[in-house]
Amino acid sequence: MAERHTSVNERRPPVVSCVVLGLVLLCAVAGPWFAPHEASEIALAESMTPPFWRTGGSLDHPLGTDMLGRDILSRIIAGARVSVTVAIYAIALSGGIGAALGISAGYFGGIVDAVISRLIDIQMSIPAIPLAMLFAAVLPPGEGMVITIIVLTYWTWYARIVRGEVLSLRERDFITVARVSGVSSPMILIRHLTPNVLNTLLVLATLQFGSVIVFEAGLSFLGLGIQPPQVSWGGMLADGRNFIEVAWWLITMPGIAIMASCLASNLLGDWLRDTFDPKRRIT
Amino acid sequence: MRAYLIRRLWQGAVAVLGALLIVFVAQRLAGDPVALLLPMDASEEDFAAMREALGLDRPLPVQFVVFLRDAFTGDFGESYQWQAPAMPLLLERLPATLELALAGLVFALLLAVPLGVLSAVYRGRWVDRLAKVLALLGQAMPGFWVGLLLILYLAVRLQWLPAFGREGPLHLVLPAIALGWYPVAAMTRTLRSSMLDILDSDYIRTGRVMGLPERTVVWRYALRNAAVPLATMIGVYFANMLGGAFVIEVVFAWPGVGRAVVDAVFARDFPVVQAGVVLSAVIFVVVNLLVDLSYGLIDPRIRHG
Repeated sequence: MAERHTSVNERRPPVVSCVVLGLVLLCAVAGPWFAPHEASEIALAESMTPPFWRTGGSLDHPLGTDMLGRDILSRIIAGARVSVTVAIYAIALSGGIGAALGISAGYFGGIVDAVISRLIDIQMSIPAIPLAMLFAAVLPPGEGMVITIIVLTYWTWYARIVRGEVLSLRERDFITVARVSGVSSPMILIRHLTPNVLNTLLVLATLQFGSVIVFEAGLSFLGLGIQPPQVSWGGMLADGRNFIEVAWWLITMPGIAIMASCLASNLLGDWLRDTFDPKRRIT
Repeated sequence: MRAYLIRRLWQGAVAVLGALLIVFVAQRLAGDPVALLLPMDASEEDFAAMREALGLDRPLPVQFVVFLRDAFTGDFGESYQWQAPAMPLLLERLPATLELALAGLVFALLLAVPLGVLSAVYRGRWVDRLAKVLALLGQAMPGFWVGLLLILYLAVRLQWLPAFGREGPLHLVLPAIALGWYPVAAMTRTLRSSMLDILDSDYIRTGRVMGLPERTVVWRYALRNAAVPLATMIGVYFANMLGGAFVIEVVFAWPGVGRAVVDAVFARDFPVVQAGVVLSAVIFVVVNLLVDLSYGLIDPRIRHG
């Protein structure tokens, strides 16, 4: 008993992750109010200023400036807004669509399940990045395109896992009782099944936040995602790539922002999963 | 086994057909290709003639059948940029991409196998913790950023390794690390947990009791069985790496399929993009099929399952 107690204590909530994610959200919501500079403010005289702790750096531009003298810190803060916006829309849509299809497939079975499962199989047999290229070639670039591509890639993730959960829930007594006592199918889906997969959805959504940020950064890095003048972390890396020999901070700082947000959401997602489902706790 | 084989082949065929359908629909969404092909001042009659020549005046299902027929012969039309058939253009670059993906896989295994085994054997000790940290970083650092950092530190600063192009085996090192970086985490975790299960089993205890050296027990007897779940993942990761290579190829100016397709997206060179997507889907399906069929070779217990 004492042993179990300590093992629970060891799973402290990931405070640092919450702080990092909170900071990213704060930048997204209120960034323009506290960013030291305007994100697209050009100051050629101050171009390629290194971060403040290096010689030649100044606290006016704590993380340095890029080739046009734009403030890196302010651009990272502005980039958070794009990342978070894309992530929220993409997660809500792929989670909503995936969960709806997954619940229907699991609950109705038969032809509904066959069609949805086949769709999942087809989608999953096309590698995500080439598929993203296809849609990038067809759709006009920008936030809408990035969100569409992410939704088309990730809905299977939710659908597959939710379907599996519903398949086992369906056989449980409380669903049978509901069905026998004449509760209609839509009512069972909404009142009895959906609440039971909410925990899973929350875990998946938290974990997806990190991968959406990486995915969006990848597309924008290739020049196929968020387009300038809109600021994105991936786009900053693409700009910095051309000056890799003279300004290391251009490719380092936006990458750290991506890594920190992704790491934080992964750690928080893992913690949520272990908290909701102690059985799956990894030794 | 035969029934299983037929079912898997059927699933693979459906998946490729699905990919072709998606490509076809996307092509129709892309707008009127005739407008791209004709000069600005072309007349209505020119448009109608071009449409007829391309078969665009026929009903959609007929167009799809024609598209499928062409697809099966590898004909996805001519590249607008290169004025050459799209698929052969990509097939020419396929060896470069396969080479990169294979090198990435080798790098991932070289890191994941020792880390997975050691973190199971020395569970809770520093190796285990190091593996955990690496796994977290591996999932949070996008491959293309790892690639940029490698170029910055190992190619530009230290000048140990070349960064761009494909000229010799040394040119393969940095892109392979960037590409193999991501799967290391999942591979290590999988191997670690199956090693933990197996190190606890009776036959390993028997081996130890009989006085076999610990090294033999771990690396020869335990690893062999613990590697099965990892082996099943290898195909999936290899196939995913072929996709991931798209971005890494751009970072390292690697002359593979991915870079050609990315260039084609910018040039709105639709035939090349289409051919690229179908090619990736076919490779993905074939690799996964081969992996499924090879389970029997790795683990005799599955053969009659």
